[in-house]
Amino acid sequence: MNPSDVKTTRRDVLSLIGGLPLLLCARPSAAAAASLTFGELYSRFGVLGLEFSEKVKTLSGQEVSIRGFMAPPLKAEAAFFVLTEIPMSLCPFCSSDADWPDNIVVVYLGEKQTFVQPSRTIEAQGVLEFGSWTDPETGFVSLLRLRDAQYAAV
Amino acid sequence: MRMLLSALAVTTFLAGAAQAATVYPLDRATILAGSPFDFKVEFDGVVKPEDVKITVNGQDYKSVLGKEAEFVAEEKGKEDKILGSALIARGLTLPVEGAYKIEVTAGSQTKTVTWDVYNTGMTQKAKNVIFILGDGLSVAHRTAARIMSKGMTEGKANGRLNMDDLDHMAFIGTSSTEAIATDSANTMSAYMTGHKTAVNALGVYGDRTPDSLDDPRVETLAEAIRRQTKKSIGIVTTSEIQDATPAAVVSHTRKRADKPEITGMLLDVKPDVVLGGGSAYFLPKETAGSKRKDDKDYIKLFQEAGYALATSKSELETAAGTNTGKILGLFHTGNMDTLLDRDFLKKGTVEKFPNQPGLVDMTNVALGELSKNPEGFFLMIEAANIDKMSHPLDWDRAVVETIEFDKAVGAAREFAAKNPDTLIVVTGDHTHGVSIIGTVDDEKPGTEMREKVGTYAAAGFPNYTDENGDGYPDKINVTRRLFLAATNGPDHYETFRPKLDGPFVPAIQNEKKEYVANEAYKDVPGAVFVQGNIPKEGDSGVHAVDDVVLQSTGPGSEGFKGYMEQSDVYRVLADSMALGTKQTN
Repeated sequence: MNPSDVKTTRRDVLSLIGGLPLLLCARPSAAAAASLTFGELYSRFGVLGLEFSEKVKTLSGQEVSIRGFMAPPLKAEAAFFVLTEIPMSLCPFCSSDADWPDNIVVVYLGEKQTFVQPSRTIEAQGVLEFGSWTDPETGFVSLLRLRDAQYAAV
Repeated sequence: MRMLLSALAVTTFLAGAAQAATVYPLDRATILAGSPFDFKVEFDGVVKPEDVKITVNGQDYKSVLGKEAEFVAEEKGKEDKILGSALIARGLTLPVEGAYKIEVTAGSQTKTVTWDVYNTGMTQKAKNVIFILGDGLSVAHRTAARIMSKGMTEGKANGRLNMDDLDHMAFIGTSSTEAIATDSANTMSAYMTGHKTAVNALGVYGDRTPDSLDDPRVETLAEAIRRQTKKSIGIVTTSEIQDATPAAVVSHTRKRADKPEITGMLLDVKPDVVLGGGSAYFLPKETAGSKRKDDKDYIKLFQEAGYALATSKSELETAAGTNTGKILGLFHTGNMDTLLDRDFLKKGTVEKFPNQPGLVDMTNVALGELSKNPEGFFLMIEAANIDKMSHPLDWDRAVVETIEFDKAVGAAREFAAKNPDTLIVVTGDHTHGVSIIGTVDDEKPGTEMREKVGTYAAAGFPNYTDENGDGYPDKINVTRRLFLAATNGPDHYETFRPKLDGPFVPAIQNEKKEYVANEAYKDVPGAVFVQGNIPKEGDSGVHAVDDVVLQSTGPGSEGFKGYMEQSDVYRVLADSMALGTKQTN
């Protein structure tokens, strides 16, 4: 696929999303999703490591929603994107995952969705998973993930 | 600078295709006698080993270099593209000073380079060397620090910075081997090895192969000190300890981003005092907050090697009182916060890491520990955030960092006053495109902030105060403040005000990988849009090519004068410690 194909595909998806403002609600489990904030991810920050909060541990394996900003995807075809607390100034292509802040959530989408402008708040919803995991395709190491997720601008 | 890497690979390949063989070390390399280095010849295309002829000063190379080089029939690039044949010999030494002319031929390809092998005096001039580096330190930072910290009346400074009274000076040329422009890796590498190299490279020449850990190595200053002396070694920084500047003291990699590997290189050399941020690269992958991709626990490995561990300001004080002789102080998973955030605004990541020591605290602990060694020491101190705040055009934070940097210079001078056999070198690694052009005065009429910029006589003098005499302004957002302007940058909003809510983020990336002005600042009263003047893939202001001003005092400092290449600074350091002579017996 060449880059212009990707762009066309994305625009199509964008218009599709525009027509479906209630996308999140279309999901059967949406009503049951607990909300989580970036401030609630860790109970302790320390030089020798971070500790996941009780809330994260409790909600693990359950459907949760979290608001943040979407960093530009690592690859056009990447199966995931990075959700950050504040809009990112990093260039994910040029830097390694090592340069990301600690408090990021990696979002694996159930289905492809288009990019949302970096300054726009989004709400992502999916099944919460915690613990170190290396993405087999990109080698990106993450600590917190949403699986089978979807998102919408808020 | 990160994005230069891919561009660089292309350039290197094209250069290889268009020219004859490349020889490392490069032409006009200056090499300390007896200092190990790797010798590599990269041929343009595939050549037969029997066609290769190499002489050194007219003799067969093996007799002079003392080793036969390994012939590599085909070096491979990305996607197994054949780059050409090569010859590599690792760990050569040339014990005798003089000019070495290397002539390489292979069929129609020829290349001639000349190395200058130099020696040092037999006895050291300085027992201790303190090398203090402000990352990105430019003239504007110094001038602003002086005005902000000391004040000015009728055109004369009301006080002097510690760095204002160092008696020897030089202008330093910072360019890299492939471009006039430069980064913190190749610049510090030049200071710490005596060899200039490529952007992103540390302790190696940048060769054409993709592997970042196979490039031709040169000896680092820490390795030379270990080889020839019993001096202690200290590394102090406010960045991650694996960041380019501290890493250059000990590391060998083509890619400064090899931070997990650099942590291992640090353990190989075992500097006696290691203080800074970057604990994430010490933690095994399974530990939340780790940035390693393996299960190695470097905290444990350092402790097993005899290091006392400190993870906060108070633990650092405790560790300083122990007699382990070795201190590993890690105060942040990433880069440490700026002084303005730590001590005044409590922004950045201060809430998460509230007990970080400052640069002066770390300097004093390092000096106390290292000076226990009767053989002396080498201490590298870096004020990393001058650069880290200049990139995002956060000039207020960068200037306050420069004041802190100057206080570290003061601590070093205090030590040298009691220990006159100490050489102090104060310098930057590269500059930034920034100048002070006047003031911003909130009291000027109107709402347009641009009209409140005072230039020429209208600039007047800023009204910072320092009631408690700590050298820092009591508050940063005074009504008439310094106005520093960037020569370059991405699209951004100029707010004409200090960023009280945390370090400035001028631009953020969109889905086209272009950096666009961060709209978070759009509605700051009086903010104006500033059109970027660098490629849109650039996220922040870039390094300038302007010379760095180096200042020095103490025995050996007379070696600094006029214009010097960054690599020539190493020679003065080596000479001050007589690193050409074995002193371990």
